[in-house]
Amino acid sequence: MKTLKYIFAFLLISISVVSCSDDDDNTVIEDNPVEGLNKIYEISGANHVVEIYSEKQNLEIGYNEISIRIKDLSTNKYLNDAELNWMPMMNMTDRAHSAPHSMLSNAEESTVYKGHIVFQMASNETEYWELKLNYDINGESIEGVTRVSVLQPNDGMVKTQVFMGVDGVKYVLAYVGPQNPEVALNDMQAVLYKMEDMMNFPVVENYKVAIDPRMPGMGNHSSPNNIDLTYNSVNNRYDGKLSLTMTGYWKINLKLLNQADEILKGEDVTEDNPESSLYFELEF
Amino acid sequence: MKLSIDVFPLRGMLVGSLVGALLCGNLSPLHAQEYPIDSLKLINLSEVVIISAGKQLDHQKQHKPLSTLDEFLETARSIKMVKRGAYAWEPTMNDMASERLAITIDGMQIFGACTDKMDPITSYVDVSNLSEAQIGSGQQGSAFGNTIGGGINLKLDKSNFKPTGWTGSLETGYETNNKMRVFGGELNYSDEKFYFNTDVIYRKADNYKAGRRQEVKYSQFEKYNFSVNSGYKLADDKSITASLIYDEARDVGYPALTMDVSLARAVIGSIGYNQDTLLGEFNNWESKVYYNTIKHVMDDTTRPDVVIHMDMPGWSETAGFYTQANLNKGKNHFMFKLDGYYNKSYAEMTMYPVNPNEQPMFMLTWPDVRTKNVGFYAEDHIDFHESSLKLSTRLSYHSNTVEDDFGLNSLKIFYPDMDRTNSRFLKSFSSQYHKALGDFHLNGGISYGERAPSVSEGYGFYLFNSFDNHDYIGDPNLKTERSTDVNLSLTFKKPIFEITATTNYFHVFDYIIGQLDNSLSTMTIGASGVKIYSNLDFAQLFNASLSGRYSISNAFKLSGSISYHRGVDDDGANLPLISPLSYGGALDFYKNQYSASLSMEGAGEQSNYNPAYGETKTAAYATLSASFGKRFFINDNDLFVKAGIQNILDTNYSSYTDWNNIPRMGRNVYATISYAIN
Repeated sequence: MKTLKYIFAFLLISISVVSCSDDDDNTVIEDNPVEGLNKIYEISGANHVVEIYSEKQNLEIGYNEISIRIKDLSTNKYLNDAELNWMPMMNMTDRAHSAPHSMLSNAEESTVYKGHIVFQMASNETEYWELKLNYDINGESIEGVTRVSVLQPNDGMVKTQVFMGVDGVKYVLAYVGPQNPEVALNDMQAVLYKMEDMMNFPVVENYKVAIDPRMPGMGNHSSPNNIDLTYNSVNNRYDGKLSLTMTGYWKINLKLLNQADEILKGEDVTEDNPESSLYFELEF
Repeated sequence: MKLSIDVFPLRGMLVGSLVGALLCGNLSPLHAQEYPIDSLKLINLSEVVIISAGKQLDHQKQHKPLSTLDEFLETARSIKMVKRGAYAWEPTMNDMASERLAITIDGMQIFGACTDKMDPITSYVDVSNLSEAQIGSGQQGSAFGNTIGGGINLKLDKSNFKPTGWTGSLETGYETNNKMRVFGGELNYSDEKFYFNTDVIYRKADNYKAGRRQEVKYSQFEKYNFSVNSGYKLADDKSITASLIYDEARDVGYPALTMDVSLARAVIGSIGYNQDTLLGEFNNWESKVYYNTIKHVMDDTTRPDVVIHMDMPGWSETAGFYTQANLNKGKNHFMFKLDGYYNKSYAEMTMYPVNPNEQPMFMLTWPDVRTKNVGFYAEDHIDFHESSLKLSTRLSYHSNTVEDDFGLNSLKIFYPDMDRTNSRFLKSFSSQYHKALGDFHLNGGISYGERAPSVSEGYGFYLFNSFDNHDYIGDPNLKTERSTDVNLSLTFKKPIFEITATTNYFHVFDYIIGQLDNSLSTMTIGASGVKIYSNLDFAQLFNASLSGRYSISNAFKLSGSISYHRGVDDDGANLPLISPLSYGGALDFYKNQYSASLSMEGAGEQSNYNPAYGETKTAAYATLSASFGKRFFINDNDLFVKAGIQNILDTNYSSYTDWNNIPRMGRNVYATISYAIN
């Protein structure tokens, strides 16, 4: 009898707990559009603040996905009509140049302007990167310049290549993903730009990046069923498949081919030639 | 990275099913109906190898009482052992190995935990535990599980309520060639109500020497095995039994491989319930639930000049049950058996780069494959006048699931559309006819059987096979392997003379074997290529043997056998590991507690070999061995001394079963002493 009472009491408690949790579900959780990103710069202007976010802790050599928000301090709201555009600039001791970059777009989330920049080099004491930002706030056009520091990647892996093709054109090829490689058939992405002059880096379309992943520590073991990267006009990237058969250090040997399938840079990996002069590295 | 295996989920279920089994037993009618027919005879086994080291009576029959179980099995006419060193030989029957055989220990399914077949389950028991090995060729072994080549059941040694009281024995042995020391003992109690058997055995061996004193490095091993089994009568016609085996081997060298084993450990337990009758009609009702867990750690830290150091641990856990009963209706003797098991196989490989700054390389070589198998077996042994017919069938449901996502994604590199789970029905049918025509006995049969791919064949990921120097990849989409076989044997039997001619032929459809894929890059440094397990259209295997026995006098007995084997694939190319012509013979003497034997064993040149599978031609050989024994009685107790010499001529040889042609043991002198307290 006593046991029954306990069971009954337990049931009552269970029901009330269930009811309580039902109530809790009604509270609205606000979506944070920059959730999971690191705020790496905050620039205060007159009556507004510019926030710069990255997935990484710092800006690094290579491909950087960057999100920017501008907060109007008078309304405490983030702008969705800022007409924001940008320009990265490297100030070297003898000259200045820009870096390959995309346009900024707030199509995905109206208050977040997203884009990417491929930094070709790190900044130091005398040579520094600046990010020029142009935007509108309350009908007023503003141009801001902020100095940013670009670091060598922590893992020391080569993920960006700046090189001269046999066609005499200077290219910038940067690894985008997989950001978290797995022992699996991974989706792989890269971006390819050519250097028209010091300021202009247009996207190269319809070329091909052939991949040959190898493990130099395992007798140059290769993996099967890789798919070379081809141009995707929707996002202006090169997409393919990268298979990795185990964790560890991989060298992804590359060849850049133009529309006529002529090799502009990179060599086949053979017994005598263990690596291509064009490659990415990754370790996981 | 996952470094440990999850707690096995079925432990609770085991207890539940046991309770269920007991309840069912108590609810059944209590009619006592005695049928003295041994269920084993109904299986109509093709061969039984007597092992039990502890039984003094058997010692005389055995040339080498404290030899390893592997050596015992090798004495079976139908079994050949594949050797990768001095330890853990792999049994083959009808030229088929583990994945095509059903090997059980006292009816329990156990699966090795090594991706490289370095731990056949026969390595997890020892002669001290066992009474006999029951061998069924082809589908005659399907009572033990799904099989193509045959079945072997290693029967545990039990007192079985014999009123013997306390008994015990001590045994020790020494072998000169590899300085093997063996110490064993057992202590038993048995009466009509209760029995309790314990035994322990310890073996330690150094490197052995092949003929002409050539040392075979990394052939050492050390192992101990402990077991208890017990039974208790709940009533005259009801009993419960329990058994536990703990087996651990350390520092096991594999001279034919690139890696050794630092630990191979098995815990094997079971609880059984037996009742003389069931539902009035059935008799010999026997049920068992069991669980076993195996850990196997491959290790290369003791080897010099390792290109890349690696760790390769593997785990295998199996839980299962069976329940079986006999039914006699006039001429028909039925046996019904329901069995099932659940296995998880998980193995991983971590390689440490030469450059210490690089991350270790990790892969799952067995991606936590869960195998479920539930089967129903039935046989009917029909007695006619001077002839009999045995019909049997096994119907099983078999499924494999890749539990680990890391492993599933790894395999999807090769098979992007593969399913996580793969199920199939397996069927087996067999009919075996026996007719006595005076002194002649004619046996003939025709069978059909199926088997699912093994874990390595279905899901292995870059498993290195040092025999053909290739990496192997499994294929989860492999078709079920199917076999039809016919067998025929003729025996002429007189009290002092017996001769038997036996032949069988297997036509195996969708025969599973590794096929070279030139597009793939090797993983193992130095490997020649990568093979994918594939189905051949068919393969054909043929075996024939002639064996005889002749009693020259009461004291002297002569026996001999010769066998021929052939195996070819669908292109007529030779299959690997097929025996050449082999033969053996022995002259045994036994009189007044003295025993002696002189035996020889040999094989012809292996002319049907296949370099594509890493085989080279193995030369003909023959070896000569002798043994001598004496039994003493000391105050009702037995002292048994046996000594012998194997490979008397110190021949340096290797057989087709020797992995990478490592030479076999040279001259070896051994001595064993057993003292049995009755």
